[in-house]
Amino acid sequence: MKQWNARIGSVWLWAGFAAVLLVVPQIFTSGLSVTMLSQMGIAIIACLSYNMLLGQGGMLSFGHAVYTGLGAFVSIHALNMYSGAGAAVPLPVSLVPLVGGVSGMAFAVIFGYVTTRKSGTTFAMITLGLAELVFAMSLMVPEFFGGEGGISGNRMAGPVVLGITFGPAQQVYYLIAVYTLVCMVLMYAFTQTPLGRLLNAVRDNPERVEFIGYNPQRVRYTAFIIAGFFAGVSGGLGALNFEIVNAEVVGAARSGGYLLFTFLGGATFFFGPIIGAILMVLAFVLLSEFTQAWLLYLGLVFMVMVMYAPGGIASLIMINLRVARYGKLRALLPSYGLLVLASLPPLLGLAALVEMVYHRQLNAATGSVVKFFGLGLDTGSIPTWLALGGALALGSWIFSLAQRHFVAHWDAAQEAIEHQTHTAGAAP
Amino acid sequence: MSTATDPSGSRPALALELRDLRKSFGKTEIIRGASLAVHQGERVAIIGPNGAGKSTLFNLISGRIAPTSGDILLNGQHIKGKKPFEINRMGLSRSFQITNIFPNLSVFENLRCSVLWSMGYGYTFLKFLVDLDDANARARGLMEMIGLEKKRDVVALNLTYAEQRALEVGITIAGGANVVLLDEPTAGMSKSETTRFIALIKQVTEGKTLLTVEHDMGVVFGLADRIAVLVYGEVIAFDTPEAVRASARVQEAYLGSDVADAQAGDSGQGH
Repeated sequence: MKQWNARIGSVWLWAGFAAVLLVVPQIFTSGLSVTMLSQMGIAIIACLSYNMLLGQGGMLSFGHAVYTGLGAFVSIHALNMYSGAGAAVPLPVSLVPLVGGVSGMAFAVIFGYVTTRKSGTTFAMITLGLAELVFAMSLMVPEFFGGEGGISGNRMAGPVVLGITFGPAQQVYYLIAVYTLVCMVLMYAFTQTPLGRLLNAVRDNPERVEFIGYNPQRVRYTAFIIAGFFAGVSGGLGALNFEIVNAEVVGAARSGGYLLFTFLGGATFFFGPIIGAILMVLAFVLLSEFTQAWLLYLGLVFMVMVMYAPGGIASLIMINLRVARYGKLRALLPSYGLLVLASLPPLLGLAALVEMVYHRQLNAATGSVVKFFGLGLDTGSIPTWLALGGALALGSWIFSLAQRHFVAHWDAAQEAIEHQTHTAGAAP
Repeated sequence: MSTATDPSGSRPALALELRDLRKSFGKTEIIRGASLAVHQGERVAIIGPNGAGKSTLFNLISGRIAPTSGDILLNGQHIKGKKPFEINRMGLSRSFQITNIFPNLSVFENLRCSVLWSMGYGYTFLKFLVDLDDANARARGLMEMIGLEKKRDVVALNLTYAEQRALEVGITIAGGANVVLLDEPTAGMSKSETTRFIALIKQVTEGKTLLTVEHDMGVVFGLADRIAVLVYGEVIAFDTPEAVRASARVQEAYLGSDVADAQAGDSGQGH
């Protein structure tokens, strides 16, 4: 009975998510937002598949783009060869991502056989080496990888079914949305199976797994292959979405992006990478438009998260939900407000200084004044530098006071919750 | 099928047999020709001074490290050179001196993972865990047996030390192995915890073959049917507690005051 309730509950959750996927492009109708939504779907599949390794299996891979990227290359070749008119075996365009999935899986079968023999640092190093190897290959074999220009394709090549040409971005979006939903459900389902749980056990303590009858290498390998499949699907969708694939998709920067944003979103919860993937697209598309220093900001955010919230945004949400469930969140709100308020001066001071440095290095030819939130900051004026530096220093000091205040209240709330759970026996 | 049955038929079959087992690390020989024959259903304690090779012996038997030479037979089958998970599947399970559990999984998940192989679920990802009624029932039963049913959803790293030790034993017996190796199960426990824990071990290993490394002599003499004395990598005595106590060789080699203490403790506890 309980099982069925839980199952119906999750069906509603997924139905809700499906409704969101359906409705969102009707709300954000601009070309840019539909493109971004498509990219988010692609990134969600990629980050969730990456988290099968990182969060669920404890495998820190530096080469996940190998599987998304090679999936993308095989997909675009399949699209070019089999989806056009007159192909011997006609391949519907809507199934091209599955070709990507199968190829991602095939490469995971080959490469994973080597990488998953080891765990921990050794695993990480081997994935890094393999990623470099594949990237080097991509420049050496232009027949397959297309050299500098990459390989382009035409997603409208196939026959028109029910008026769907995959020409308009919205039609591609809906194809991506269907794949995203199905992949998410499947990947979530995986976490509820014996192998999914054993993967967690291998993450926690591979040695102990050997003494309960399982070969941890085989657990890692199987999970790696499954993750490779979903990575390939994501790559195939990317190929359809952009209609061009170049060597960048197997590059180290792409792999690093999956790692960084999966971590930011939160590797310890299933939904964490979904948040991470959405942030990834926002950062790559919007933040990069907004400031030239976006990679620096990204790096700083990543560092702060690693130090203060290693569970990512998902864990921040979950611990605050816990506080709210015990009715302690309301009392914490003033402390939160104070914290946010106190964080503004140092953050703005820092951002202003960063923007000024970037301006001097990159855009000095356009004059010494840089626009910053409507203000004109003169990079040639020493008092401006000093004032901002002072604001940063003073602001940081004030922020540290606010932080101490917040931590005290936070700890008190946690203690009260602990007390409550011990007296009540069980959590609500 | 099995050749373990004694031809005379008068004694129970051998559960575990070590034949002239040797292990060297570099030039140092740690296990120097250890031989041991443990019968089905027997409770054996392995004692010996620090550095005698007790833990190494367990590591050899369970496949954690490979012996240099010699033979190991589990239920009559050779297991030397097999991987730990293969040996586990053949019916041998072990616990560790330093708690070795799945720290980020709940108590229930720890136990459920540990029963999966023996119930034939293998590496499947085509079934949901909630639907595995037999595995879930078994995990629940284990949880009650080790007294952690109230901690079902507590993450293992948040358990108390004694609870973690109990979980360690639970994981060890979960697969239903008929030969169980417990490496210092009561290490680091208080006197009262130890007493309770020994009762638990007796209960959960009922009908199984048990080998345990133990330092507390009171525990050893209370728990074991036979005692193996390991000194410098050799089994110098393997007999009933009374005989081991009386053995001049054991006294000389190792026990001395420890036995006297234990005897005093035993009569004091009156068992």
